[in-house]
Amino acid sequence: MYDYNYFSVFYKRLPDLLETLYEHVIISGIAILLGCIIAIPIGIFLSWTSIRWIKSTILNITNVFQTIPTLALLAMLLPLFGIGMKPAIVALFLYSLMPIMKNTYAGFESIDSEIIQSAEGMGYSPLQRLLQIEIPLAVPYIMSGIRLTTVYIVSWAVLAGLIGGGGLGQLIVTGMGLNDQPLIIAASVFSMILVLITDFLLGTVEKLFSRKGQPEKQNV
Amino acid sequence: MIQLEGINKTFDDGSEALKDINLHCNTGEITVLIGPSGCGKTTTMKLLNRLINQSEGKIYFDDKDITNMNPVELRRGIGYVIQHVGLFPHMTIEKNIGVVPRLLKWDDDRIKTRVNELLNMVGLDPDTYGQRYPSELSGGQQQRIGVIRALAAEPPIILMDEPFSALDPISREQLQDELIRLQKNIQKTIVFVTHDMDEALKIADQIVLMKDGVIVQQGTPEEILRHPADDFVKDFIGQKRLQQVQDIPTVGEVMNEKPVTIAPGRGLAEAMKVMENKRVDSLIVVDGNNTLEGYITVYDVTQAFDNEDQRVHDIMHTFRHTIHTDLLLSNAIRMMNELQTPYLPVVKDESSLVGVLTRGSIVGHIGTAYSSIKEGVV
Repeated sequence: MYDYNYFSVFYKRLPDLLETLYEHVIISGIAILLGCIIAIPIGIFLSWTSIRWIKSTILNITNVFQTIPTLALLAMLLPLFGIGMKPAIVALFLYSLMPIMKNTYAGFESIDSEIIQSAEGMGYSPLQRLLQIEIPLAVPYIMSGIRLTTVYIVSWAVLAGLIGGGGLGQLIVTGMGLNDQPLIIAASVFSMILVLITDFLLGTVEKLFSRKGQPEKQNV
Repeated sequence: MIQLEGINKTFDDGSEALKDINLHCNTGEITVLIGPSGCGKTTTMKLLNRLINQSEGKIYFDDKDITNMNPVELRRGIGYVIQHVGLFPHMTIEKNIGVVPRLLKWDDDRIKTRVNELLNMVGLDPDTYGQRYPSELSGGQQQRIGVIRALAAEPPIILMDEPFSALDPISREQLQDELIRLQKNIQKTIVFVTHDMDEALKIADQIVLMKDGVIVQQGTPEEILRHPADDFVKDFIGQKRLQQVQDIPTVGEVMNEKPVTIAPGRGLAEAMKVMENKRVDSLIVVDGNNTLEGYITVYDVTQAFDNEDQRVHDIMHTFRHTIHTDLLLSNAIRMMNELQTPYLPVVKDESSLVGVLTRGSIVGHIGTAYSSIKEGVV
């Protein structure tokens, strides 16, 4: 059926592996990007608003997305977005919302109220305060939220293969169908390496942002 | 000058924080707002930079109503120091100090010069500390930065909200001394909130004592110590401090009320005779209305004695220092020590002589105080 073993599979199927790797990066990349664009402003908004019910509603909704089993969510999105990349991206995007948002929120909440008051009392306008004081102080938290989320999303993106969304999952699904063990292993190894590299790169970026004097960042 | 007129503040939850506050803070003076927690002292201060807006009443800075000013602009013209320092942890010391100048869009060179000047003012080397982050400094150093940050853009008014209360006693004393020293040079109008009476007595030109949103008493530290308005004030000052003041006599109690005087028109032989009779080496010169003119010493008299035309007023010296009857004896003694003078004339209404404080009268007073302690009178 196939003419390669656990080692030769890496170069005999290399074009397929690289193509699906590329798709994988695109799917998770877009999902994370969308997640950041939506979740960070919501997180900031949550820390600014003092209206309780808005806070709890938003936090609950995003929590609910988090609890839906991944496979089920993908299946539910099929009728809405058809098969292919789109439902996969949407599903992963929904998963990315909660952790990014919560970390952003935590980052803003972690800022000492004395610092805010001191900034206000010294004559920062609300926008200057946000851009020059609050965001820089919250960045380490936001960055660690993004890193954490990205690692999850990249590994979950494998499931996109199940709904024909492409990515490394596609090869694993194929391998399962054809009982092609070496292919499954090869795709898995690629996925794992991708996760490790992403984690390493974002970890480096995170270190750049958490400069001296910053409060210790924490994950939520 | 800061002026608050008829200020009332009711918070949204209906609690009345301030009731009919009327207050003057003189230019170039330290006004200390003091009282137990919840008395409204911090609220009063926050009205001044409009972090809180009053419900009723007017606030004027040099006759300008601040409610008509843009709060952000207003705040940039007021230095602000808070209890827990409030330095921005993500900025270097240099950046922190330059915050308001940057907001005011000064150019970089000017900010740099100003920052170095300020760091030197509090004895921190700009090259060593400028590039550090606040967390790399001790509490006392951080609060010094907090204070000079408030001075950075040369605001005429500085608000300080319990700036030293989180420090250890030694750093607190140091910073208070430094503030007093700085204030001698910068002469800002400072409003200082504290709950520490010792701190207030040490630094204040004017103390404003508050309780439950009203001003109970305002006056100089001396006035408050001498004439506490009611039992609350007495309690707040503390028996120990009151005792201290009451135990120290005033100049009026100790002075010699019958100084040896002479009129300016008298001759020198007559002056010599008076000195001989009264066994003194100098005479205080007063005119017929008991107005202080000056003094002559036996040395002056012997020098000019041969000249029969000379009168007392010809050889008279004027006093450079006079004291009032209600001055504390401890302060008077310090003055005599610093001036290296054997006696000081005591006057009322600027120039009317009422007595003289001499070393002899001080020794006499101490003598009676000790003997009465022995007899168990005190």
